[in-house]
Amino acid sequence: MVALTPISRKPVSFYVPVVAAAGAIAGLFVGTANGSGFMGVIVGAIIAGALAFLLTQIVKNEKLGRWATTVIVAIVGYFAAGIPGLIIGAAFGWFFSWFSFWLYEGRYRARVAPYLTPGQVLWHFAFRVICGAIFIFLITPILVVMPLSFNAENFFTFTPEMLSFDPAGYSLKHYRDFFNSSDWQGAVLNSIKIAPAATFLSVSFGTLAAIGLSQQHVPFRRAIMAILISPMIVPLIISAAGMYFFYSRVGLQGTYLGVVLAHAALGIPFVIITVTATLVGFDRSLTRAAANMGANPVTTFFRVQMPLILPGVISGGLFAFITSFDEVVVVLFVGSAGQKTLPWQMFTGLREQISPTILAVATILVAISICLLTVVELLRRRSERLRGMSPA
Amino acid sequence: MSDANNATTAPNSALAAERAEDEYTGPMLAADGTPLKRSLNRALRRQKISALLLIAPLLIFVLVTFIAPIADMLFRSVENQIVQDTLPRTTTELKNWDSEGGELPDQTVYKSLYQDIYVAQERKLHTRLGSRLNYELTGASSLFRKSGRGVDDIGEVYQDQFEDLNAFWKKGENWNDVLGSDAWLAAMNDWKKASGDAQPPFEMRDGIADILPQTADYYSIFADFVQNEDEDNLYKEDPWPLIYSAFYDDLTGPTAEQVATYAGPGATELAEAAAAAPSFATVDYMDAFADIDKDWVELPIWQTIATYSPKFTNGYFLNAVDMQKTPDGPALRPEDERIYWTLFKRTLFMSVCITLSCILLGYPIGWILANLPARTANLLMILVLLPFWTSLLVRTSAWKVMLQQQGVINDTLVWLGVVADDSRLALINNQTGTIIAMTHILLPFMILPLYSVMKTVPPSYLRAAKSLGATNWTAFWRVYFPQSVPGIGAGSILVFILSIGYYITPEIVGGRTGTFISNRIAYHISSSLNWGLAAALGAILLAVVLGLYYAYDKIVGIDNVKLGG
Repeated sequence: MVALTPISRKPVSFYVPVVAAAGAIAGLFVGTANGSGFMGVIVGAIIAGALAFLLTQIVKNEKLGRWATTVIVAIVGYFAAGIPGLIIGAAFGWFFSWFSFWLYEGRYRARVAPYLTPGQVLWHFAFRVICGAIFIFLITPILVVMPLSFNAENFFTFTPEMLSFDPAGYSLKHYRDFFNSSDWQGAVLNSIKIAPAATFLSVSFGTLAAIGLSQQHVPFRRAIMAILISPMIVPLIISAAGMYFFYSRVGLQGTYLGVVLAHAALGIPFVIITVTATLVGFDRSLTRAAANMGANPVTTFFRVQMPLILPGVISGGLFAFITSFDEVVVVLFVGSAGQKTLPWQMFTGLREQISPTILAVATILVAISICLLTVVELLRRRSERLRGMSPA
Repeated sequence: MSDANNATTAPNSALAAERAEDEYTGPMLAADGTPLKRSLNRALRRQKISALLLIAPLLIFVLVTFIAPIADMLFRSVENQIVQDTLPRTTTELKNWDSEGGELPDQTVYKSLYQDIYVAQERKLHTRLGSRLNYELTGASSLFRKSGRGVDDIGEVYQDQFEDLNAFWKKGENWNDVLGSDAWLAAMNDWKKASGDAQPPFEMRDGIADILPQTADYYSIFADFVQNEDEDNLYKEDPWPLIYSAFYDDLTGPTAEQVATYAGPGATELAEAAAAAPSFATVDYMDAFADIDKDWVELPIWQTIATYSPKFTNGYFLNAVDMQKTPDGPALRPEDERIYWTLFKRTLFMSVCITLSCILLGYPIGWILANLPARTANLLMILVLLPFWTSLLVRTSAWKVMLQQQGVINDTLVWLGVVADDSRLALINNQTGTIIAMTHILLPFMILPLYSVMKTVPPSYLRAAKSLGATNWTAFWRVYFPQSVPGIGAGSILVFILSIGYYITPEIVGGRTGTFISNRIAYHISSSLNWGLAAALGAILLAVVLGLYYAYDKIVGIDNVKLGG
């Protein structure tokens, strides 16, 4: 669908009003922020319209025009509102100059089917703007937390110093609090002690069972699958309640072992799902070939089957790890003060006195999840590649 | 035919082939001469067993660590042994009482109540029963606490009279001499507390149970309590006042004549007590309890005890749906006490809202991901997966920070002039906050199934529809949308299941009006300690979720759950 449609320059009567309308919207916000929305609309429309006309009809050189607009509006912004003004100005300048030329040259039509009516073209781009807004909704919370964690004040919003990019507005003090607080460090330690043990349990049991489940003839396969998947389906609060009642009956409530067992149970469905998915593409003739050449089942498993399903096992393990590392409801009930994990500490912090240290912790956790996400994605690709290579 | 046979009998195929070709006409045989069918069956069985053996450890693990707790919870939602265990005699006596007759129970019931509460308060169990019954009848908790303190006085009436009659009855040693067996007394004599050995367990003297049945009964309870729970020296311990009232009952009751047959230690004192007892001042148990608290001479507490005396009850479930047990059977609670129905309705309503907003936001994203070139789609997919992989608490704290009155969203809106500084929006601690935050948290669970379904819809269908003259909308609504419905179904059920049982996010951003049923369950487990009600609420929630899960399995198939795209 590249350059399906021949593009042509558009008349002034089309693009100048459109750019002016966009300018009016921008002007509305700037205007209301400064006291008068109506003035903002008028001024915005006039400036944007004039700019579009000026660039396309008088300057004509696109590259020069766009650079000049960006720089000039940025400088105006700087004198009006300092460094934040500079950045906003540059963004506005870049956008409006690009928008003018985009419309003027008719480039917006280049990538859409030639038979679309103007209304359909408008909808096409409106739809993209809507999707962009939803993506922003998805990602904003994470993006807001990161800069706020460098806040020098104990506020949960951007201070004027931060907005003006004053170095004094930023500090690592919340990170320092996190690394110096015995509460937080104890919680990290507990999380590190619990999550790997739970992961180990669920991965070792789960992989074996997944291999069993992917054999050709398994009696009660559906029922067994339903039981093994159930920890993922049953609401956490119900699992937590049941485990609290039952574990206190058998003396596991409030012990390290109890929390590990509970977390292992919660992680098992993820291991089962990922490993069985990997095994779907596993070529059984490989194990037969290994057996044919004299390998015993254990050797076959470790030398032939395991290396091939390893990506699935590792990503299942990562899921199980994340489940345990993030889990708070069950540990809240099954654990006692001695098993206070990182999420638990965050939960108490959020519920009682919310301190910005939480934002520093959150940022660190986001960094960890980005790493894990990358690993899982790489493993998935590798697994697909391996599967593609083996004859199905 | 012979080819197939050869393949299965590789080791000595020459022989088998020969046999198959020449003389053998019966069922096909395997290499070792067994019929092929049986041999195959055996191989199949072995395969099944080895598969099961591989699954077994995990299955057992999940059954023990997960299914057993759920079963325990379900059991707790109907279990009600505490009333019968704490008040065994009273509940037996109450069986003959007509709870709807409008009459109070008779003296025997009050007497057993006294005995039960006395034993219970020594074991410190009466307050637990009190708080259990308090869920059904407000005030029961303080009533039982008061009665626990009051019952001492009732028994002391007899204790004082026996002790006044003869100081013999004051001493624990004497009681033990009368009631304990000779062997036990001897063993007790040799036992030294300092030695660290276990105390010789109390043994009743032969025949004493016939002479003083009730005394013997309570004395063994007392002995068991002193030896095993208090771990005191039984021999030196003075008996409870309860023993004295039982003693009085024995001496004046139907077994009074038997006393004369006794010839062991303290026989003279016993005969003297038997002679004096009929002239003792007696206790009116009903009045005594009325003195403790006048609630005891009113009907509600008795009706409550009678209703909750069976071992199993549906009372917790009735409570969970805003009903209560009454003498006329289950009935709805008064209008202003119906909190759970409101809560269930709210949970369902908010889950539906969250599911709908997830569909609304997820559909365009699924569409655009499925229709963009693979490279761009993969890049945008990261924006979906990053929140999915980010810790739930991180996202919840982000929303808490953003939605606050002084938070980022309100600040931005004020700066833009959309809202005035003094009328900042209340976005947190209400339903709005919960819906916004949970929509964000659950959105990836909608997008991923939608995306995987939409990817399978060929784009040529839409183009074909348009070339046949359909408008944009018709082409979408009549051609594309029906094919994406499975994705909507899968995503909706997933989001709905997840949201209906959510706890953390509503707890943090929900405030008072934005909480779910799960928050109430947590409250009953950790604060009000009404575990039975928590279990009943949990059982109802579990039933709803399992129903949806079943639907999901039917529609999508649990094997098709995909993680991370």
